Amino acid sequence: MNLFVIMISSMLVSNVVLSQFLGICPFLGVSKKVETAAGMGAAVTFVITIASAITYPIYYFILEPLGIAYLETIAFILIIAALVQFVEMVLKKFMPPLYEALGVYLPLITTNCAVLGVALNNITNGCTFIESVVTGLFTALGFLVAIVILASIRERIEYNNIPESFKGTPIVLVTASLMAIAFCGFAGLV
Amino acid sequence: MNSCTERLKNGIITENPTFVMMLGMCPTLAVTSSAINGLGMGLTTTAVLILSNAFISLLRKVIPDKVRIPAFIVIVASFVTIIQLLLQAYLPALNSALGVYIPLIVVNCIILGRAEAYASKNPVLPSIFDGIGMGLGFTVGLTLIGIFREILGSGAIFGQQFIPDDYHITFFVLAPGAFLVLSFLTALQNKLKMPSATNVDTGNSDMSCGGNCAKCTGASCVANKGIIEAERVAQKAAKAQAAKEAAAKAKAAKEAKAKAEAGKKED
Repeated sequence: MNLFVIMISSMLVSNVVLSQFLGICPFLGVSKKVETAAGMGAAVTFVITIASAITYPIYYFILEPLGIAYLETIAFILIIAALVQFVEMVLKKFMPPLYEALGVYLPLITTNCAVLGVALNNITNGCTFIESVVTGLFTALGFLVAIVILASIRERIEYNNIPESFKGTPIVLVTASLMAIAFCGFAGLV
Repeated sequence: MNSCTERLKNGIITENPTFVMMLGMCPTLAVTSSAINGLGMGLTTTAVLILSNAFISLLRKVIPDKVRIPAFIVIVASFVTIIQLLLQAYLPALNSALGVYIPLIVVNCIILGRAEAYASKNPVLPSIFDGIGMGLGFTVGLTLIGIFREILGSGAIFGQQFIPDDYHITFFVLAPGAFLVLSFLTALQNKLKMPSATNVDTGNSDMSCGGNCAKCTGASCVANKGIIEAERVAQKAAKAQAAKEAAAKAKAAKEAKAKAEAGKKED
């Protein structure tokens, strides 16, 4: 598969939040301010990219030769949980500024279904190593774009005159719906 | 047996995971494009929930407290794998319709949430009924949303078409429709002041998750919950203290006033 096609399709056409519905919880929960949204997006990008790079050799060099490929769900969730802890420790030790920026979001990512979803999809689609990493990176960038856009819109509509019953979650979901319509426009791209 | 029926009612009505607790939003949005998919997803989750609740409840005295979350995740993941293999063997159509969302049941916060909140503290039988109740509540929620989206989007219920093709609003079975249906559902709950995670005062916490457990998933939330609760208690205590001081002040003012008046009278 053409790498450029993978980039466009995983970032825009089948956007991880707006068309695959993975990672809805942080998308709605951590999108009040652009700064925190960008921090969350960056942390997710970091973890998803590393997770797709690590799950590939684990699946093809350990699980498959041993004939236990059906254990992929258990293996991957444990790998992701360990990976998040590991990334947190490494960042704390060697890159304190980055840890300061991303630290608080990292523990939240273990149970973000986007990470597990991307890892499992890579295996199902039979991607090569390079394709897996590129898919992971650009899927995560798609998450970053979506959550930053949503946060920007939420900052703008904060002081608007919203109908009483739509205040809070409902208006955020309406915003997400309109964003999803806009992202549908990319459908014919690939 | 009474506590068992109470668990059923609690799961289906009082603490319905979809409508009241707003948990497991990813599958709720993703698989409800038709009623049958919603029903299938709900029943699959129910099966996992019952098995994991029973197993975790059996092992609740064996699992050390410090590693309970990883232990729960491994147990849940094992049952999800079993259910996934069974679906592949006996219901391949449903398996391909739900796709990646079946393994993703592992990170569904309903399951980990029930394990942490109920099954790890209660005997086996009530835990099983808790699983049945919560699972059925989730199933009912997904099926209802699925029915509405299917009627509007493809003019059918459970695949039985009754509205001609020209009158479909295809929008509702596509991705944007999922967000819109859910937004109107939550707006309706706000309007009717029904108990729901969206219109409960969640408090303002400085934590990255905003202190809103309803919008958060799984393990980190469980760990944070204690801190958030402590924060809330502290806030409440501070408020009570402030109220007490205000009351004391008011009382002092009143006394002073009374004294002044008494002084006036004496004059």
